[in-house]
Amino acid sequence: MKAISDPKVKAPSGREGGAVQRDLLRLITCGSVDDGKSTLIGRLLLDCGAVFEDRRQALQRDSKAVGTTGDAPDAALLLDGLQAEREQGITIDVGYHHFATPRRRFIVADTPGHVHYTRNMVTGASNADLAVLLVDASQDMLEQTQRHSFICALLGIRDVVLAVNKMDLVDFEESIFNGIRDAFAGFSSSLHFRSVVAIPTSAVLGDNVTRRSDRMAWYHGPTLLEQLEIVEIHADAAPQFRMPVQWVNRPDASFRGYAGTVASGELHPGDEVLIARTNVRTRIERIVSMDGDLARAGAGDAVTVLLADDIDVSRGDLLASPNKPPQIADAFACDLVWMSEAPLLPGRSYLLKCGSRTVGATITTLKYRVDVTNYAHLAARQLARNDIAYVNIATVEPIAVDPYQENRTTGGFILIDRLTNETVGAGMIRFGLNRAANIHHADFDVTKAARAQLNGQRPIIIWFTGLSGAGKSTIANLLERKLYALGKRTYLLDGDNVRQGLNRDLGFTEADRVENVRRVAETAKLFVDAGLITLVALISPFRAERRMARAIVAADEFIEIFVDTPVEICEQRDPKGLYRKARRGEFRNFTGIDSPYESPEHPDLTLDTATESAEHLADEVMQFLRRRGVLN
Amino acid sequence: MNHLPDDLRRLEAEAIFIFREVVAECRKPVMLYSIGKDSSVMLHLARKAFHPANLPFPLLHIDTTWKFRDMIRFRDETAECLGLDLIVHVNRAGLEQGINPIQHGSAAYTGVMKTDALKQALTAHGFDAAFGGARRDEELSRSKERVFSFRSKNHVWDPRNQRPELWNVFNCRIAPGESIRVFPLSNWTELDVWRYIEHENIRVVPLYFAARRPVVRRGGNLIMVDDARLPIGADEVVQNLAIRFRTLGCYPLTAAIESSAVTVIDIVRELETASTSEREGRLIDFDQTGSMERKKREGYF
Repeated sequence: MKAISDPKVKAPSGREGGAVQRDLLRLITCGSVDDGKSTLIGRLLLDCGAVFEDRRQALQRDSKAVGTTGDAPDAALLLDGLQAEREQGITIDVGYHHFATPRRRFIVADTPGHVHYTRNMVTGASNADLAVLLVDASQDMLEQTQRHSFICALLGIRDVVLAVNKMDLVDFEESIFNGIRDAFAGFSSSLHFRSVVAIPTSAVLGDNVTRRSDRMAWYHGPTLLEQLEIVEIHADAAPQFRMPVQWVNRPDASFRGYAGTVASGELHPGDEVLIARTNVRTRIERIVSMDGDLARAGAGDAVTVLLADDIDVSRGDLLASPNKPPQIADAFACDLVWMSEAPLLPGRSYLLKCGSRTVGATITTLKYRVDVTNYAHLAARQLARNDIAYVNIATVEPIAVDPYQENRTTGGFILIDRLTNETVGAGMIRFGLNRAANIHHADFDVTKAARAQLNGQRPIIIWFTGLSGAGKSTIANLLERKLYALGKRTYLLDGDNVRQGLNRDLGFTEADRVENVRRVAETAKLFVDAGLITLVALISPFRAERRMARAIVAADEFIEIFVDTPVEICEQRDPKGLYRKARRGEFRNFTGIDSPYESPEHPDLTLDTATESAEHLADEVMQFLRRRGVLN
Repeated sequence: MNHLPDDLRRLEAEAIFIFREVVAECRKPVMLYSIGKDSSVMLHLARKAFHPANLPFPLLHIDTTWKFRDMIRFRDETAECLGLDLIVHVNRAGLEQGINPIQHGSAAYTGVMKTDALKQALTAHGFDAAFGGARRDEELSRSKERVFSFRSKNHVWDPRNQRPELWNVFNCRIAPGESIRVFPLSNWTELDVWRYIEHENIRVVPLYFAARRPVVRRGGNLIMVDDARLPIGADEVVQNLAIRFRTLGCYPLTAAIESSAVTVIDIVRELETASTSEREGRLIDFDQTGSMERKKREGYF
């Protein structure tokens, strides 16, 4: 370890010195609500001179008004920037703050401790090199600290500082510090951190933050600031070249450049590269920049490259070193952090964005959820916000990836809800399952078109959606009779009937409903392929799955019919007595009572059963099918 | 590779990545051009991101009609010299009502001539993404804002409901009518901006450099007398002092500092020993409690 001088002497002003070359350390601070995180960071900023005089004065004013430290400046107020935070004394969002010493420059992500904001901590951790985990010396180690440690490890943080804070509340007692340090070592050993340095601190008093504590003479290690200055953040050894193509630069016909940021490795003109998706090799011809051509580019550089051959490359492609190419797969094993209020439902189709590539994706298997208090594996049917799980995921097209622990850019992805556009999850790939390589689509000589021709009809899915008791099965039954009378070959997939066979293993939770609809949709697709006019009568309560059902067949092979019967009328009719039972609480998750029904936004046809008879409505559908050219 | 120090190179690459991501994913982006140093740096970074192509989006300047004359001159020269597609928007309704910073107070004036004007222009042109030069070191509520900041149909910001931003994987998807404000300089500091200007030799408005200019002292601030519209009180004296500006905006609302910094290097040196933040010169930050957060929720940049 290098000699450490007093930071106050060497850092009269912590702000930038223009000529000095300093490296940049990104760190995240995490801890539970009252561990004193904001105070600790505020202390670092104040002591490193990163706070201007006018803000110091504002701090003095604010401290008196809303602070918790009497007349002394409340350093936490430097950070809690949103009005709600100041009023409630908590940190809601990730805040980013800068400070510097002559040796290093720091960007610190201050993340909320409260369990509701764990997703924000994940955000901060995704870009951090090091984590400062805060523990309140006067409290037991909380579940939150274990959760945070786990997330840091999951997101690839290898270096950790354990700040055992509020030592002033336990009389600066060494044995208490040792107890917490050992407890942490106990549960974190399975997380494989490269370095863990425990430091006893008092952020309120400033002890062992930037100043060595006289009150804890028994402690001989570095102060927090010293540790942040000396910790070595190793780059991974000889990483392979990877660059996602972000944008194709085509100012005119003579220039076709591929713009992107080098994720790992290096590139030089003349280097051989692989286009991962197509497995085509070519060479880097030039690296173009506004300052002239470059002889080299490295990880983190944003470049524009010209390739030697005129080949098919577009946004979403990955340029890679041919020596160790990425995996190409459409199924992956990965760790997943769920961030949305809406639960993760296996079988539902989300958008997956990895690098510059966005594709449709589905969680195919929820292997287990992790209990963060003891890191045990628990069975799960769905995930709630802040859950962490190990899952298999399938994408609609193969993508090029690396294991996350080898490459954050090509191994990390987000999941996006297709309807709300919300970022609902973050994933870290462990490995590709190579399903794409092992299962090939077989083509047969008798085609869908040939089968349709033999049947003399246009195969199509007619999908009835609506509440239980709305009249879906009744109308579908009448419609099928009319089609049969015309000599059409049909099949009716009815929700109740399907549940007695194919879907007998499914219940009525949201996750099971999603899977129920997925199986029926896939079956209907096969029937269309077989040349049948396929009627589906299924509550199918969620827009996302109805959209999926439509998306897996051709655009003119799907008609969505909304049997629009208000819940009051359905309940009045109650043909199966289900509403009465649901009202009596005999079973749960009944659509319209305690489980949601999302009405179609743009159905092809809406049937109003309140005013028209089922017979009349079936005729209405027949007319619609004629207008659409399904029937002549 | 270029001559930049490591930290600036990393910040430059981050900003370029953000520009490209928006252009690749959004339908109709625009760059908010406020003529200040941050805008000059943003413009330079954008040109680098898309070189050798021209900028794939226009620039939008919200002209309150109270900007320093030097700023307008600089704006027009820059647009001419770089062949930029520049849109200048003035809130005509506000202008006809005679809304001004002298009589109506900074809060009301900013609301009409800046926030409303911006919303008008974004809606009229149908822009779905707008680059802004805001930095997280500027102001407390900014430090909590994401790089991609989402706005409802009414341009409203909800700080409690921001999308998580992991790695550099940005979710740019929005519903029709919604829009995104994008801040490529989020991780830069004021000093980074000046060091970058120095290394890259970027032109900025001359008002950033010290010169003798006519000013009056008003409430502890030095206000420049840029034209005859500024009323001078009977007890006020117009002096010629060596001043410069750390931040530029509407001249009656922007305080100068006394300075002898006449080059970029002088400014970098001055900042290294500065004891006050740049926003001290921005009078609008102090007109209400939680002032900037409130303005941002309502749609201000």
